[in-house]
Amino acid sequence: MKGLVSVVHELASAAARGANGLAHQRIATAVMIAFFALAPLVAYPVFLMKVMCFALFACAFNLLIGYGGLLSFGHAMFLGTAGYASAHAAKVWGFPPELAIFFGTACAASLGLVTGLLAIRRQGIYFAMITLALAQMVYFFYLQAPFTGGEDGIQAVPRGKLFGLIDLKNVWAMYSLVFAVFAGGFLLIHRAVHSPFGQVLKAIRENEPRALSLGYDVNRYKLLAYVLSATLAGLAGATKVLVFELASLTDVHWTMSGEVVLMVLLGGLGTVFGPVVGALIIISMENYLAQLGSWVTVTQGVIFVICVLTFRRGVIGELGRLIGKPL
Amino acid sequence: MEIFGVPTQALFGQLLIGLINGSFYALLSLGLAVIFGLLNIINFAHGAQYMMGAFCAYFLLEKLGLGYWWALAITPFVAGAIGIVIERLMLARLYKLDHLYGLLLTFGLALIIQGLFRNEYGTSGIPYAMPQELSGGRDLGFMFLPNYRAWVIVASVVVCLATWFVIEKTKLGSYLRAATENPALVQAFGVNVPRMITLTYGFGVALAAFAGVMAAPIYQVNPLMGADLIIVVFAVVVIGGMGSIMGSIVTGFALGLIEGLTKVFYPEASNTVIFIIMAIVLMIKPAGLFGTQR
Repeated sequence: MKGLVSVVHELASAAARGANGLAHQRIATAVMIAFFALAPLVAYPVFLMKVMCFALFACAFNLLIGYGGLLSFGHAMFLGTAGYASAHAAKVWGFPPELAIFFGTACAASLGLVTGLLAIRRQGIYFAMITLALAQMVYFFYLQAPFTGGEDGIQAVPRGKLFGLIDLKNVWAMYSLVFAVFAGGFLLIHRAVHSPFGQVLKAIRENEPRALSLGYDVNRYKLLAYVLSATLAGLAGATKVLVFELASLTDVHWTMSGEVVLMVLLGGLGTVFGPVVGALIIISMENYLAQLGSWVTVTQGVIFVICVLTFRRGVIGELGRLIGKPL
Repeated sequence: MEIFGVPTQALFGQLLIGLINGSFYALLSLGLAVIFGLLNIINFAHGAQYMMGAFCAYFLLEKLGLGYWWALAITPFVAGAIGIVIERLMLARLYKLDHLYGLLLTFGLALIIQGLFRNEYGTSGIPYAMPQELSGGRDLGFMFLPNYRAWVIVASVVVCLATWFVIEKTKLGSYLRAATENPALVQAFGVNVPRMITLTYGFGVALAAFAGVMAAPIYQVNPLMGADLIIVVFAVVVIGGMGSIMGSIVTGFALGLIEGLTKVFYPEASNTVIFIIMAIVLMIKPAGLFGTQR
């Protein structure tokens, strides 16, 4: 009985903390939306679209680690699968962009369901190793499958006309679509995290046996979180393919899985805005330090080590601690 | 001569390659299991440390003129020393945290090491000559067996069994196993557990580097030689389960063989067969073939 009372107490205080922080989070959301709305006036729009795609990808990953406590080391498989599926649908089958994105996202969701059923059988380190291995299997599949074009990838994917009306070749039309997809995904995650479902997920992360003993079907919740995360990662991947008109092996390789871990770790594990900031920093680094070539890998490794050793809260986590409110 | 429509030469040739790969799977998964047992950390840098072993052999030959046998003797100590430094400076700070931080840290180390070597040596690979004593081979009647490959299999079996013997049958091993179960209690009995942890990590790294030296004449010395291999080894570890030393040895060799057979009968799946087996094992026995859930 005492256990139950303390759980209720914890949940209530967590909810209270959430309500306290919500005003700040609203302001932060407004700042973020304003940033992505105004930034194309000064920055290169394709770069910002890339940032938004990766920010959504990182947010999807963060949903799993930050709220479910599950570290996936294979999230590139969803990004890449959705990319290949939507590229194929748009180029070979002539799907309009909205259907191509939907098809890619649905493929990522199905892959999430299949791999999720396997991966959630183990926890912690094993979960990370299993997702990594499954992603590597998916990588080899795409390397050999004829429709992916192997090392060349699927090039010249047509952006097409959104709903048959809006020509996405126009960079501002494309920008608006990516912006809408990112904002929609972000708000969906926000909604999920603050729903009863999100609270149960946090309870499972904190103490799985206790959540189980309270009668929650722990595995179903985990699977749901995993599939949701896979779906949103897929949405990011499908959108990214339309931006760059290219689907390639880079998006399914394990280095991509590592990169999204790095973005979230640097921005702040389990924070709302951390993944967005992390994606912004890492993508900027790759863009502006491109002349460093393969030193980018070394730099990423160094950031990993520094974050783990001394900076575990990440940028937004530290910021949130400074102002005393969760961001 | 043919078996199931496959020439015996091709069949046994692939089985031999499978057994060689299996030797490396066994050595590397053994190292991972030993480290995991005591440190509760999955050493993502294991592949990079294996690669460093091969490079160490190459440097010894190029800079000091020391050949294969010297490399085999010296490299494990060099790598072990590097491992000890890594453990003392970095890993030791993480033991009180979630185990996942150890994974993330060693992943970062792997990126740094592989990135540095790739910047310096590219990705094309540097040939490393096999020792004179082991060149050539013998005809077994049903297949041709190169001496060096026979040596790799024998040496890795011996090293694996010796490790198993030390851990399962000696006094030192019993301390190790006890510390795996309950470090605080073992420390209370006067055993220096932190030092044991440090040496264990060093030993695991030394094992990876030893495998790297043995691999150098077969696969060439390449900065990325460990990058994809380590993911396969993770799958091997998941299949075997990390509870048992013998389990990881047996699983390593067996999966190498299965991979070789797949190359003969269905080459398209040879890259993925180990991952498929992992998926099947997870469905039937999630804790792994030799593992216990904890």
